[in-house]
Amino acid sequence: MLIFEHSSAGRTGAPQSPVEKASLSAIPENMLRKDSAALPEVSELQAVRHYTRLSQKNFSIDTQFYPLGSCTMKYNPRACNNLAMLPGFINAHPLTPDAQNQGFLACMYELQSMLCEATGMAAVSLAPMAGAQGEFAGVAMIEAYHRSRGDDARKEILVPDAAHGTNPATAVMCGFKVKEIPTLDNGDVDIDALKQAVGPQTAGLMLTNPSTLGVFERSIEAIARVVHEAGGLLYYDGANLNAILGKIRPGDMGFDVIHSNLHKTFSTPHGGGGPGSGAVGVAERLKPFLPLPQVAKDDNGYRYLTAKDCPQSIGRLSAFMGNPGVLLRAYIYMRLLGREGMVRVAEFATLNANYMMAEAKRRGFTLAIDGRRASHEFIITLKNEARKYHVSAMDFAKRLLDLGYHAPTTYFPLLVPECLLIEPTESEAKEALDGFMDALEQIKHEAETNPDILHAAPQTLPVKRLDEVRAAKQLDLAYKGSE
Amino acid sequence: MLDSIGVASIDDLFDEIPAHLRAGVLEAVPAGMNEMDVSRLMRQRAAQNSTAICFLGAGAYEHHIPAAVWEITTRGEYYSAYTPYQAEASQGTLQLTYEYQSMMTALTAMDVSNASMYDGASSLAEAILMAVRANRKSKSRMILMPTTVNPAYRKTAHTIVDGQKIELIDVPYDRTAGTVTLEQLKQQVEGTPGGDVTALVLQQPNFFGCLEDVDVITDWAHENNILVIAVINPLTMAVLKPPGNWGDEQNGGADIACGDGQPLGAPLSAGGPYYGLLCCKQSLVRQMPGRIVGRTVDLDGKEGFVLTLQAREQHIRRSKATSNICTNQGLVVTASTIYMAIQGAQGLENTAAACFANNNTLVEKLSAIDGVKKAFSATHFHESVLQLEASSGMTAADVLKALIEKGVLGGFDMSHDYPELGEAILVCTTEMRSAEDIDVYAKAMRDVLASGDAAASLAESA
Repeated sequence: MLIFEHSSAGRTGAPQSPVEKASLSAIPENMLRKDSAALPEVSELQAVRHYTRLSQKNFSIDTQFYPLGSCTMKYNPRACNNLAMLPGFINAHPLTPDAQNQGFLACMYELQSMLCEATGMAAVSLAPMAGAQGEFAGVAMIEAYHRSRGDDARKEILVPDAAHGTNPATAVMCGFKVKEIPTLDNGDVDIDALKQAVGPQTAGLMLTNPSTLGVFERSIEAIARVVHEAGGLLYYDGANLNAILGKIRPGDMGFDVIHSNLHKTFSTPHGGGGPGSGAVGVAERLKPFLPLPQVAKDDNGYRYLTAKDCPQSIGRLSAFMGNPGVLLRAYIYMRLLGREGMVRVAEFATLNANYMMAEAKRRGFTLAIDGRRASHEFIITLKNEARKYHVSAMDFAKRLLDLGYHAPTTYFPLLVPECLLIEPTESEAKEALDGFMDALEQIKHEAETNPDILHAAPQTLPVKRLDEVRAAKQLDLAYKGSE
Repeated sequence: MLDSIGVASIDDLFDEIPAHLRAGVLEAVPAGMNEMDVSRLMRQRAAQNSTAICFLGAGAYEHHIPAAVWEITTRGEYYSAYTPYQAEASQGTLQLTYEYQSMMTALTAMDVSNASMYDGASSLAEAILMAVRANRKSKSRMILMPTTVNPAYRKTAHTIVDGQKIELIDVPYDRTAGTVTLEQLKQQVEGTPGGDVTALVLQQPNFFGCLEDVDVITDWAHENNILVIAVINPLTMAVLKPPGNWGDEQNGGADIACGDGQPLGAPLSAGGPYYGLLCCKQSLVRQMPGRIVGRTVDLDGKEGFVLTLQAREQHIRRSKATSNICTNQGLVVTASTIYMAIQGAQGLENTAAACFANNNTLVEKLSAIDGVKKAFSATHFHESVLQLEASSGMTAADVLKALIEKGVLGGFDMSHDYPELGEAILVCTTEMRSAEDIDVYAKAMRDVLASGDAAASLAESA
């Protein structure tokens, strides 16, 4: 039932607003609204009950194991939320003069420094509001760098075929052409193909390491050399930073610019689809191009840098300062972890993934890449099961929901047929991992004996499989009254 | 676990990383702290921030937020869920988003809303990209951008669209009224080759708080094959004519509406997270960036909700997607939906009307002070520009600084973005500002200007 269907004319959540409506007679008639907006008319309790009940229809980290590959669904400590919502922070107007905003700016300055250290970059801007906006900022900086040197012929961005869809989409938004580089069967970039592809038209290469195939790119130094010798820059997609935190730094691998998803590695909540943060870090030569604002420290304390301080900046990405509430949560998380905790993150995330991979193999699943270490995630391919029993990776995913587990990422990376990309994170105990592997094994057995159980899944959730074709053909995107 | 894997230590799991590249100790990251110590640190930091009475707006507004809004929003089931790709396990977030889209289209009188963009400024940039894709009859990729649009939005739009060879043309405003006029827009069009303009941006209320003549401008734009992009404050749309109704009743309405959803339930929070709203006419839905939720049925014919029209998006279309956006501002949209449900139309109308009434009171009291006058004649909503002409020669920055010492965050200094206005400030009132707050501001302003005058005459006589 929709909130609109709880509605009763004239009912309100008073006293949450001024009791009387002040006169608007000073506003010309033709500028005023004629009819009231058709919003729900419910009591506060009705709204609270409706949205509490709706929440219970969600899977979440707080209620289920959520091994969604490439998304790093780790525990979001409650302290981060609590402390970021202290009145001193949430009541601060974004245009408050710096002198009255020192507590917040100190946190941001220190967050920049910690991110520089953890990634091995020379400077960081916290402005981007999501990973994709971080990518935009990174590629825009690459463009600005080449342009500043009069190197105008570099119109092409190279992207491995295993990359996230945001990589090619971003390159196009920044005005580049995209060229895909193939991946070898062992998960490494095809370096011969890369050598063929680079040239005076190459602006840069976007790379995720460990890659989306769940393995560390061993020839990273050779790749960096090939791209740099051709005059291009190296972009690090920080989607998988959790796997290597404190173990190896993108800056030391030769990357010139990175974005890190604070909502993955640094545990800010995913919120059912954001808000995120895609803070960008750069090597020395890209520093002048960082997006605004950044926070600096001088004798008078902390202050925002403006276009006057950074005339070559690619500019602003938002009206104010990105997503400060998210940045505060990441800051608090990093202070809780500290330098030792960061290394433990990578170690236990990697341990959990390799344990699950070994278990998967022992239980008869086919690994997409066998004989290599898993990073913080690994891939099972169900192509054999699909052929023999006519069940798909999607069927496995839906059946997992019935058994109380959120499904892993399905059908990504696109290179691997019928795949499940599994990322347990460091937060989970061995019991959760074993429980999940038991469930997966049970489903495999069901596929062999009674595949219809999989085809009909899920059976235990608020809805069964939904008609997506109808959703796209008979568009119903907003409630327009009860007809 | 190590035995199952067949290694002796955790470190062995990292043996594919070249040894000489391994990181040392992260010296610049402090040692970890327990929750008690971090809490103490954060309380100290939060206490350093200002507690002055806020008369600042300029794109972010201090409104009352019912306690229930964030109590429910931060439930783990909303807070720690991912984007609803597994629809059957995400009906809570999906239905809520559908309800959000329904409320936002009701408020704006537009046909379609997406699930949100990052903020108002970036949603304007995406609206411009969308207009360029949608207006197939126009070849110019030129966008008319009145300077009455929030300067931070204009800067953000430049950052995001310049790489795609789109030209944003500044259009000056009428210095008496504080609004953009049809004559100025016409002049700009006449100056372009073939009179071909792709779209125009119109902010209501505009950055000065003034009300633009949206009907006349919308109709003129449509007669000239120019798409209209509305930038709105959604709270004010509870009482002002919404963009879907601008202009001619049959063929009118803004084509795209965007803006910042912050006034609807998001705290100021030093600048975010807020969210960008983005709505459009039905005919443009396939050009819409970002996520959209649709209502459908399951195998048993039972109502349910899914992400739809995904063929527009980067994870399917890659380099041919409408945008690179994926994560948006879902949790803030959750808060905003609950806010709108609790307030209802009545609550939003009363809130908006109080903002308007308070601003009239403030402007009346401040402009009664010697050396303070209203800059513009057009009707203003809950923000106004005041020019400071104190004989002391104090700059707007000096005045604002002195006001803070008296516990008043007095407004936004306009001198950087609008030097032609001289020493001017943008002041804002919401329903949160009581009559006493306004009196405190008026007294503080009087004292600040008087002390400035005294200092100036002292300097003169010395």
